[in-house]
Amino acid sequence: MMPAQPSIQVSLPPPFNSHSVHDQSKTPTLLTQGAEALVFRTTFLTPSTPCALKYRPSKPYRHPILDKGLTRQRILAEARVLVRCRKEGVRVPAVLAADWEAGWLLLEWIPGWTIRRCLDAFLTPEDTESPSHRNDDNPRAAELKDLMRRIGLTVAHLHSIGVIHGDLTTNQQLPTSLAGTITLIDFGLAVQTTQDEDKAVDLYVLERAFAATHPAAEELFRGVLEAYGGAYNGGRQALKRLEDVRLRGRKRSMIG
Amino acid sequence: MAAVQALALGHLPGNPLFVGTFRDVKNVSFLRSQLLTGNPDYEYAFIDAEVILSTTHLLAACFRAINNLNANRLKTRNVHSEIVFALSPNNNIAESFRRFGLVDDTKHIVAIKVGMSTTPDITEESVRRHLMANVEGNAAALADATFAETGNVARIRKLYKIQDQSSAQPKSQKQPKLANGVTGPESKAGEDFNKVNDLESIILGLMALKGS
Repeated sequence: MMPAQPSIQVSLPPPFNSHSVHDQSKTPTLLTQGAEALVFRTTFLTPSTPCALKYRPSKPYRHPILDKGLTRQRILAEARVLVRCRKEGVRVPAVLAADWEAGWLLLEWIPGWTIRRCLDAFLTPEDTESPSHRNDDNPRAAELKDLMRRIGLTVAHLHSIGVIHGDLTTNQQLPTSLAGTITLIDFGLAVQTTQDEDKAVDLYVLERAFAATHPAAEELFRGVLEAYGGAYNGGRQALKRLEDVRLRGRKRSMIG
Repeated sequence: MAAVQALALGHLPGNPLFVGTFRDVKNVSFLRSQLLTGNPDYEYAFIDAEVILSTTHLLAACFRAINNLNANRLKTRNVHSEIVFALSPNNNIAESFRRFGLVDDTKHIVAIKVGMSTTPDITEESVRRHLMANVEGNAAALADATFAETGNVARIRKLYKIQDQSSAQPKSQKQPKLANGVTGPESKAGEDFNKVNDLESIILGLMALKGS
């Protein structure tokens, strides 16, 4: 999607591009780049408040008017869903500021590991030769099981307020600590609907992501679904639908 | 206590803020009349401290207003009125002044002056002198502790239409279970902090989305 240019130096939108020696706020550092947006780490208001800057640069190949409209739409859609989640008590990054003309969104900084990293740490034995390794596994297994339960509850909470994440992978969830709350991030593809189909597809995407993360993780995913099903009224129906989705894949309409 | 505090917001080093916080101000009507007549000496963002939740809440409005100023997108007359307007969750300018600005029975006020490259003679000293001479009130610190005392959380909730989750009826009986699966004593600790912090996060989100 991005024009094939080896541009490492990305230009930032105002006001993040005007950094002088007198400015105490840190120059934003690039964290990750997707097809649509660049994510930087920077600060908000004071140098001690870290935050994430999600910048959607304009695409030179799009007509300027269309480009502006799409950027605006996508930033606002993401921000609206995040504010809605915050209002309903789902843990997501808070929206700190937004400028849809300049194409950026400032989000609360969420510390922690991604679920993917947690799983890797859990499931990769550091010392396979140690005979006591198997015995050490038990407390960790319980911890891991609880982590799965909390993932299920978090996704259920999100779905119960009619929000579909749209890109639910193990990289989009951050537990602030292994025992702590799980925060969902990256709502760039989120939509608001209450249809079981959408919920089921959301779960299916997460299931595939689990399977891709680690062979043992597929087994663990059952714990996620168990917690999910019991957590809210529509949970069981969504799970039923998930079985259909598994058989045919993510896309229902066979167009495209 | 410093009557006026100078600070620069992150990413906006060219627009220093000079903020005076005053409690029990006696001459609010006078200050308001100066604003209404457009006296340039009284060009401040005058804000009712009762509707300010925290320093972050206040400064986020300044950030948005200054960003609008630098992008030539002011919706109101100047950057100072834009700060008051930025606090409001909707696009009605007159209403935002009524709710977040001064009215005759306002008790505690925050006065903000934004420095610009075109106004080099505005300094912390000049703002302090002017405010100390013309605001009849007790100087207070620009700090969360001040706003914790002057702020009226119930009114703030009402202005931003944010229901109190704890008093609102849960929609289903399973709601408590959904609180991210964290139950027990550890979720009770720091709950108060989380509550204010969460209210602040929602407010910042609503302010950021305003005008969309």
